[in-house]
Amino acid sequence: MLKIENLTVSVSGKEVLTDINLEIKKGERMALLGPNGSGKTSLLMTIMGFSDYKITRGNIIFKGKRINDLSVDERARSGIGIMFQRPPTIRGVKLRQMVDVISKSGFDTDKEAGELNLKEFLDRDVSLGFSGGELKRSELFQLLAHSPQLSLFDEPESGVDLENVVLVGKIMNRILSKDKDSAALIITHTGYIFDYVKADEGCVLAGGRIHCLGDPRRILETVKEHGYERCIACERKRPKRKSRK
Amino acid sequence: MRTEKTKKKIPQIDIGSYKSETKRKSYLKDLEKVSADQRKNMLSAGVDPSHKNRSGTYIQMDHSVVYSKSLYPGLEVMSTTEALKKYKWLDNYFWKVLSVDADEFTEQAEAQPHHGYFLRALPGVKAVYPLQACLFINEDNIIQNVHNIIIAEEGADLQVITGCATASDVRRGLHIGISEFYVKKGAKLTFTMIHNWAEDVSVRPRTAALVEENGTFLSNYICLKPVKTIQMYPKAELVGQRAMARYNSILFALPGAHLDVGSRVILKAEGSRAEVVARAVSAGGDIIARGHLKGEAQGIKAHLECRGLMVSEKGLIHAIPELEGTIKGVDLSHEAAVGKIAKDEIEYLMARGLNEGEAQAAIIRGFMDTSIMGLPPELQKEIDVAISACEREVF
Repeated sequence: MLKIENLTVSVSGKEVLTDINLEIKKGERMALLGPNGSGKTSLLMTIMGFSDYKITRGNIIFKGKRINDLSVDERARSGIGIMFQRPPTIRGVKLRQMVDVISKSGFDTDKEAGELNLKEFLDRDVSLGFSGGELKRSELFQLLAHSPQLSLFDEPESGVDLENVVLVGKIMNRILSKDKDSAALIITHTGYIFDYVKADEGCVLAGGRIHCLGDPRRILETVKEHGYERCIACERKRPKRKSRK
Repeated sequence: MRTEKTKKKIPQIDIGSYKSETKRKSYLKDLEKVSADQRKNMLSAGVDPSHKNRSGTYIQMDHSVVYSKSLYPGLEVMSTTEALKKYKWLDNYFWKVLSVDADEFTEQAEAQPHHGYFLRALPGVKAVYPLQACLFINEDNIIQNVHNIIIAEEGADLQVITGCATASDVRRGLHIGISEFYVKKGAKLTFTMIHNWAEDVSVRPRTAALVEENGTFLSNYICLKPVKTIQMYPKAELVGQRAMARYNSILFALPGAHLDVGSRVILKAEGSRAEVVARAVSAGGDIIARGHLKGEAQGIKAHLECRGLMVSEKGLIHAIPELEGTIKGVDLSHEAAVGKIAKDEIEYLMARGLNEGEAQAAIIRGFMDTSIMGLPPELQKEIDVAISACEREVF
């Protein structure tokens, strides 16, 4: 589904990602772990095509096509969607309008908003005055309407109370179960989300480089016990596996 | 210094270069008989020839009154010429809050008047649907001088949508509109004006309001379509205790347009309040957004807010807020900001699949959101219909 080859990225002339190699196969969910400022969000933004993130080397390949030169909206329309960690406020644009533009036919905006406890937010400006939990639900609502093949989740559980984590996990599963090939890259700090969303693979990003690939729960346990240093030292390569059909 | 510079920018108008004679238009017994083109342009200015959801209608084409009718008991709709014949007392309302010799345009309107509308809500009358008035320029290169009087008598609640528009084949014209508003004790007047002019039409509204005790005057102004020049600085005088005025303006300037638009409130009575809010978008045109609050009584509170958005490399937004307090105990404040569309907002919308142009248009539309006007839901719906019709042509 997504293949990242030797990717090096700069923001305002400063290198933030170095020689990243990563593959997410059809139907696979990969957890992206790493300390603060390690480049996790930068990787998501680069995959989405945000203009501040300049690719200086390497390729991003999505569904067999190189997408380095595609604009953000072309990537969105080709099947990549994102749940932002800190979405900007769009004054005057109502959540309902956004979802109406994004959604494909057959999406029942009012019903789905009800499921996400967002009904009263439909006629409010996107992200304006939303609490932490409301922001997450609004982002997931939009992603649900978008229904992408590859979903990028940037810390879906951060700043969310326990009750809302359950709902967040439920909606993520709905987004990912729409199609058996749906894939995901999930940034998490705490790993709480794994109690609700199964991740197949995990990798550690530190200092702008990928250091470890493996079972996400094992990586998290190692991090909890020894900190990220152990993971960074590990440098375990991804074992070769047969691709899913 | 700045004001001098700004003054120089306003293109001068040669009143004599416009035709003062027009063909007489016959009175329409049935409003459905307006042409398809006229209907389209009226709708974009918020005036619906079908009367749907309206309490009455006044339509003037060039110098002829072609329709005037009230559909609601207690609301009066007629030309000011007719009203002057009907009510002797009305003389006292002419040139009361505006002065004839203010400038060449007020003098012109007095010297060569071409009717104008008289809208009045009798004491205590409250209609759900608004009155609508349209001043239409149908012939090219003419001057149209109107004098309007709007009165909300004690305890009345009057809503007015007024649209100014031109026929599609009109290129050049001059519209001078004198409007005097009277909001009596405890009355509420919501006045929403939509301008839908042509590219080479110059517009000089001269407007003032007098608001009495516990009266509320809400004035909304929307100008999205191309226009050559508009210069106006409407004023509200709050002369009764706890009177309130609110001006909202939404301005959009395409290349070649010059909008010099302000709102002024003089708070003369104790406990009076005012709010002036402007949203200005320059897509290459020049906008001078003025605001002036003058506090002359104790316990007054007023706020002025101007937000400007530059969406083109060319154009100008010049916010000129002024606050003036002449007595202790006044509370006057302002905030002004001129900026560009944030890139992260555009890219956020693009990440949802909108292309760059669509994302930009959505943000501009959102910036000019009319929900800031605090209109009653029925009126809000009608205004949004008119704005959507305008936007379809502009974006």
